[in-house]
Amino acid sequence: MTGNSLLSVEDVTVNLPTPRGNLRAVDHVDLTVGAGRTLGVVGESGCGKTMLSRAILQLLPKKAKLSGRVMFDRQDLLRLSPEKLRKLRGRSLAVVFQDPMTSLNPVLTIGTQLIETLQEHLELDDAAATRRSVELLAAVGIPAPEQRLAQYPHQLSGGMRQRVAIAIALSCEPKLLIADEPTTALDVTIQAQILDLLAREQRRRHMAMIIITHDLGVVAGRTDEVAVMYAGRVVERAPTPDLFKKMRMPYTEALLAALPRLDAAPHTPLPAISGRPPDPTRPLRGCSFAPRCRYAVARCQAEKPALEAAETSAHQFACFHPIEAHAGADV
Amino acid sequence: MAFFVARRLLYLVPVLIAVSLLTFSIASLLPGDLAYTILGDQATPENVAALRRDMGLDQPIWWRYLSWLGGVLQGDFGRSFRTGQTVLQAVGERLPVSIELMLLAQLGALGIGVPLAIICAARSGGSFDRFMTGTAFGMLSVPTFLSAILLIYFFAVELRWLPATGYVPFAEDPAANLRFMVLPALTLALAEWPSIMRVLRSDMIATLQEDYIALAKAKGLKASRILFVHALKPSSLTLVTITGINIGRLIGGAVIVETVFALPGIGRLLIGAILTRDLIILQGVVLLVGAGFVIMNFIVDLLYAVLDPRIRHGHA
Repeated sequence: MTGNSLLSVEDVTVNLPTPRGNLRAVDHVDLTVGAGRTLGVVGESGCGKTMLSRAILQLLPKKAKLSGRVMFDRQDLLRLSPEKLRKLRGRSLAVVFQDPMTSLNPVLTIGTQLIETLQEHLELDDAAATRRSVELLAAVGIPAPEQRLAQYPHQLSGGMRQRVAIAIALSCEPKLLIADEPTTALDVTIQAQILDLLAREQRRRHMAMIIITHDLGVVAGRTDEVAVMYAGRVVERAPTPDLFKKMRMPYTEALLAALPRLDAAPHTPLPAISGRPPDPTRPLRGCSFAPRCRYAVARCQAEKPALEAAETSAHQFACFHPIEAHAGADV
Repeated sequence: MAFFVARRLLYLVPVLIAVSLLTFSIASLLPGDLAYTILGDQATPENVAALRRDMGLDQPIWWRYLSWLGGVLQGDFGRSFRTGQTVLQAVGERLPVSIELMLLAQLGALGIGVPLAIICAARSGGSFDRFMTGTAFGMLSVPTFLSAILLIYFFAVELRWLPATGYVPFAEDPAANLRFMVLPALTLALAEWPSIMRVLRSDMIATLQEDYIALAKAKGLKASRILFVHALKPSSLTLVTITGINIGRLIGGAVIVETVFALPGIGRLLIGAILTRDLIILQGVVLLVGAGFVIMNFIVDLLYAVLDPRIRHGHA
């Protein structure tokens, strides 16, 4: 599994101590991303997808307990010295956060925030770093890049700020970019632009990417593989075309059904997933989706289904009663 | 930026007028007739009436206020009826002492408080942080006269490193001047560093939770750069505010410390004026100190804009 993959997350579990007890944010997750490939991680709020990304970046809250193994570029990130980890972050492992309103420092200029990253990892003098920053801003589609260097984040729109955040992430040609809900905080009209920008830069730079989102529509057509997360676990994992052709896990189906559709008749009620995710401080004995699942039977409440491969080894799901003959939805 | 400064300067005008009104009413609203105070209880009614006419005390209050304000605007704050010194002379002699004391005290307080706050915030919840937070809380409750006496006891009486009281002007002998200033400045610094450390620590801890700090870590920046460049500046607005208030307060003299260490500063001028009912000096000093305070706050406002570009551009 570790063989030729760039990143492999092996049996990773994240526990967070809270006043209400131990919260298992990520529960025995296995994932791999090959060099230059794209993985989509999908799930609703609170399913642990952001904690998973923070676990990969080693940016978990101080109190969080992480077990398992995160191999990146043949190095075990959990065992890396802080200094080696620092040299890796921003250099070969980069991230774009969800909210560009809060992820850029309000008191530093765009130029400072770009140049400091470049100078931290690449030995560039001021003039070279400035030149490179202008190129990066131009590459992410920011007009008048020279003037932007002296501006502060609040002088730019949300979409422009996210482009700056992407420029910062791309600045040192990372091998892996983690985009944690990169478009959630943006206007719908900007979302597609940002996703297309990420896809274009990824192809150009041959970098691997993990797109974390709650929107199955975002991963369709933009990823090689999709992992669906629920209550801290990966519940279905498949190459993207297979997943949309033949989804097996009832949760994936419900998630897709909950997408608003343009071709639906006006006033069609949105088939929302009823109920709420289980309380992560109180683990369920059976399948964590069982309380909300319309196919659930007694066995689902009593036993936890394992993530197993079905007809093809690439398509895995954790369900006793997978959906059989549902034709793939066209997204 | 120029527009921002101009607007802030305009705000100063009504505030300064209010300060002058309040200051003037001190002298006018205090019980007792100023003429009696000057002449003593042996004065004849004729003498009193004559003096009241001379000083304009028989005029209506608004007229007296306007003529006093007119004098102030021309630099005439009046003259002490006890020593004959003008207010400006009296203040001019003592202001350098108070300002030097204030500057040294601020340097000391910031020098102790800021580094401790940064270390505590970087390791919040750790044993050093808990120890320092407790110490700061304890120090906050020590009154200045007590720490002054303890410092005198240790450094002047026991160790004999520094003089206990007295003053030499800086221009006469800088080294001796500083030796006299160390203990009073340290006394004030000891009183002020806890509040500096506590506000900066809690602001820093809040800042370190921000997304942009997580991104700074994800960018692989050095811990020192994250703390000093990314976290310190956005965390220092409250720090600037309380430092501004401390400076403004100390321009008016540190009454207790100047008294304990026998420093001829503004604080002792003020106390002397109160004790001898020298109302002209009192009124003039209070006005100047009030104006100093207001101008200090103006500088603090400008510093906000320097620290946070959003204020500079009118976004916050």
